Amino acid sequence: MPLAGIHSNWALSLSLVESDMSYPSRIVMPATAKKGQAVEIKTIIQHPMETGYRRDHRGAVIPRDIIKTISVTYGGAEVFAVEATQGIAANPYFAFHLQADETGDVVFMWTDEKGDVTKETRKLTVK
Amino acid sequence: MAQRKSTEASRRDLVAGGLAIAIAPALGAAPAMATLEEMNDELKKVIGKAVLNKGRVKVSLPELTENGNSTSLAISVDSPMTAADHVRAIHIFSEKNPVPYIARLGIGPKAGKAQVATSIRVSDSQTITIVAEMSDGTFWSGQGATEVTTPACIDDSDRPK
Repeated sequence: MPLAGIHSNWALSLSLVESDMSYPSRIVMPATAKKGQAVEIKTIIQHPMETGYRRDHRGAVIPRDIIKTISVTYGGAEVFAVEATQGIAANPYFAFHLQADETGDVVFMWTDEKGDVTKETRKLTVK
Repeated sequence: MAQRKSTEASRRDLVAGGLAIAIAPALGAAPAMATLEEMNDELKKVIGKAVLNKGRVKVSLPELTENGNSTSLAISVDSPMTAADHVRAIHIFSEKNPVPYIARLGIGPKAGKAQVATSIRVSDSQTITIVAEMSDGTFWSGQGATEVTTPACIDDSDRPK
């Protein structure tokens, strides 16, 4: 798989943590913002987003396993929500904006096909 | 003697494996590609009886996609993003992927800016349609086309050649 070098590496590391309830994720966002400023938030989670179309070396179908929903709340209210299908690439990446209102927690939640939830919290300080 | 047995076993495995591979396509695991009609059906489920207007949606998709497994998609919608007038959701549609309705991205006035990005799979060279659902109940759309040199979804790299 010469074209999918980075993805296959990530898939390999994922297979080691398959029994865990969460997947490694990365969030890029500023820690502080001015009131009223729209800050960009970038998120990525290491997940194979198995389509359900592929077969293993024995010819058996590899079952679909995808991140189905992503929910981001800020100060308790939902600000970004994704309903995904296998059309989203492996290691789902999403970038969006958030208007800084008041200091509070930004909570990220990814839920996959098996119901496994990955949860991360970041604090946004508003000056 | 023992060695011959193991050789036989491996040959049997090989034959069985070969059979499995030969039968596999007949079982129909390879996904059928969607058609434009299927995409429009999905689109209608989203917009209901509303009219789909053109404009206000800017789609940024690379002209050439080297690998259909991941292509970057950036979307921005012309909206003030206020409590009274904002984008409620952004829908991503594909005319050729096995699943034509790729994703729904729900946003709101708290976003401040109607600007999102993600990475999608593209099964073949095609046009991606983005529909923005506004708070006033109107729908606006934009499109982006990309040409794929290595498609996704029909990946058989794991299968022996």
